[in-house]
Amino acid sequence: MDFDLSDEQKMLAEQARGLLAERTPYDHLRKLIDSGAEWDEPLWRELGEMGFLGANIPEAFGGLGMSELDLGVISQELGRVNAAVPFFSSIVLAADAIRLAGSEAQKAQWLPKLASGEVVACFASAEGAGPVLGQGARLAGGKLSGTKQPVADAGIASVAVVQVGDGLALVQLDQPGVTRTKLDSFDQLRSHYRIDFDGAEAEALPGKDALPTLLDRAAVQAAFEAVGGSEACLAMGRNYVMERQMFGRPLGGYQAIKHKLADVAVAIELAKSNAYFAGWAAEASADDLPGAAAAARLTAIKAFELAARENLQVHGGIGYTFEANCHFYYRRERLLAVIVGNRGYWANRLLNAQSGSQEKAA
Amino acid sequence: MDFNDTPAEAAFRAEAQSWLAAHAPAHELPTGIKLADTEEAARGRAWMRELYNGGWSGLTFPKALGGRGLSGIEAVIFAEEEGKYHLPKGPFTSIGTGMALPVIAKHGNDAQRAQFIEPTLKGDITWCQLFSEPSAGSDLAALRTKAVRADDGSGDWIVNGQKVWSSWAHLTDWGILVVRTDPTVPKHKGLTFFVVDMKTPGIETRPIRQISGMSEFNETFLTDVRIPDANRLGAIGEGWACCMTVLMGERLGSGAHRSGVEPLLALAGKTPAGDGSTMLDDKAVRLALADALAEEQGERFFQARLRTMVSKGENPGAMAGMIKLAYAGRQQKVLGLGMELRGLDAIAADPSDSVTPDLQYDYIYSTVMRIAGGADEVLRNQIAERVLGMPGEVRMDKDVPFEQLK
Repeated sequence: MDFDLSDEQKMLAEQARGLLAERTPYDHLRKLIDSGAEWDEPLWRELGEMGFLGANIPEAFGGLGMSELDLGVISQELGRVNAAVPFFSSIVLAADAIRLAGSEAQKAQWLPKLASGEVVACFASAEGAGPVLGQGARLAGGKLSGTKQPVADAGIASVAVVQVGDGLALVQLDQPGVTRTKLDSFDQLRSHYRIDFDGAEAEALPGKDALPTLLDRAAVQAAFEAVGGSEACLAMGRNYVMERQMFGRPLGGYQAIKHKLADVAVAIELAKSNAYFAGWAAEASADDLPGAAAAARLTAIKAFELAARENLQVHGGIGYTFEANCHFYYRRERLLAVIVGNRGYWANRLLNAQSGSQEKAA
Repeated sequence: MDFNDTPAEAAFRAEAQSWLAAHAPAHELPTGIKLADTEEAARGRAWMRELYNGGWSGLTFPKALGGRGLSGIEAVIFAEEEGKYHLPKGPFTSIGTGMALPVIAKHGNDAQRAQFIEPTLKGDITWCQLFSEPSAGSDLAALRTKAVRADDGSGDWIVNGQKVWSSWAHLTDWGILVVRTDPTVPKHKGLTFFVVDMKTPGIETRPIRQISGMSEFNETFLTDVRIPDANRLGAIGEGWACCMTVLMGERLGSGAHRSGVEPLLALAGKTPAGDGSTMLDDKAVRLALADALAEEQGERFFQARLRTMVSKGENPGAMAGMIKLAYAGRQQKVLGLGMELRGLDAIAADPSDSVTPDLQYDYIYSTVMRIAGGADEVLRNQIAERVLGMPGEVRMDKDVPFEQLK
């Protein structure tokens, strides 16, 4: 047993953290929002050049063939800086869907381009308010019809992986049967779209039953991203209260503040520990993945929720201004909270995994 | 990162499993009935003896001192396997192994180590902790029990005062004791540490009637108790350092504990919801239990991370307190939920129901977990100060001689 990241993984984290700290200061995020930018394209190109985008894509398809845990390390760093890149859409969801359910030809066609960042893919599943997997889209005779919304990063994607019932389909977006309409996005650093498919050319991904595993694996990455965001919130809140003077001493000297941040720190460590185990299980222990992913997801969202809210709270009024940096995380956290299924879905996934493992033991 | 056993760990686990399969079942406690405390303590000693005879006591204790000198990971593996049996383990033996032994090993002299270590590992000597006092709990260094040299030239110490919350003091052989030997210096500096034979004249333990109905905690009154200087651990005035050694052991914990949530899943599955379904189908119950289970799993892996740090020579420090803080708070919450999902039966169970009375008891006892061994508030301070580097509390008494304090 060894419950720590390897030296290589720690180096990978440092490398990613160094690059991202330099490229995405908060003023840069503010400029992206003010200019109405769809994304941080130069950063995406750089991430591609560094190999981060292809980290877990097999070498045969142009990636680095690293593990889910390695990818988690990268997700954590992207979460820490709130990067405005379609990593979750294109790599964590779309590329992984193709990897899990695609034919060899589909993999060969798309994975190398996704790994390099040359092509961006989005993942379309929800159909408005309600569950993350909508049930209205139809695929028949190679033609897709229906409406998916909201779909993150659809404005910059050239291809979509679309969930249809319990299957998946590939659709190129630049064709007459596809209409993309930009929505107002609560997360101002990730654009969201409505996509209407009206008999669009589509090809099914032939793999069966890939969706639950796809969501499990994506939940692990979302957990890592949330842990990174939580750590950033804790550091920001802690640094602020150490400087801010109140009644003649630092605000951070009061127990009401110390205890709040101590609770945030505990929530983060529990979430991180679950994320580590889930990242390991994704690769090494398929039976453990559903329960591990669910536990990681539940604790990571809980940690990020607490961290994002309390960070803004300890900032007081300044935290409500656009010039302060709390809001980036306060918004991103809500996106992560709903991105691959709600609390109820993951609570059920965890309890079902638990009763499954109890039956096996008995 | 690798959560699987290495071949060596797997071999150790198999060895532990086969030994436990042969020896543990005979020591298992009956479920559903509370044993008398004398019986529970006697069974605790018997299990210690069994462990010792089988070579399974003092796993991480240095070989030179009678332990096996194994790594923390091996201790975790053994605790995991041992935890699969319902064995008589509790403060009546763990205060000895988890608190007395580390402090004797670190601060004791050779004669003291020879006198106490092996008998404790064997279960021949059991221990209680004489630390807290009526006006010294979280602020332990404010303690008032005092020791002065006997005036007969023997070098003995005469101790007077009162200790409280001394678990099992009425049934244990020896106590670890911290007292004030110099009131003219600031409070942390005037303390000295002793081991004391609980049969010494002048020691009177009175059981405390607790809210649970049990009385495993005591008040211990010390009246002109004579302790030979040979039973002093460490130097005069170094009692606080000894206390720190003890309390660190308390925080790191045993390594593996039973799931608090899994039994509630089973209980929910057996509790009717009124429409043919069970409480395990209730959405609110599912959400709450899943949250608790997710947290519990995180805590298990966090503990594993801390142990990995220790095995690499890093000191987790106040991070260890995070486990206890999370565990204690969650226990109270889920046990409360467990009662709720039983409905009114939780308040007065049918006599045929052996589960609900345990739940009631555990819910009452969960309050202890949040107070003893570092109260929630103390742990939060430590995490904020030592992990996050936030300012320490305002201390008015830090540099003032103890005798000048109000």
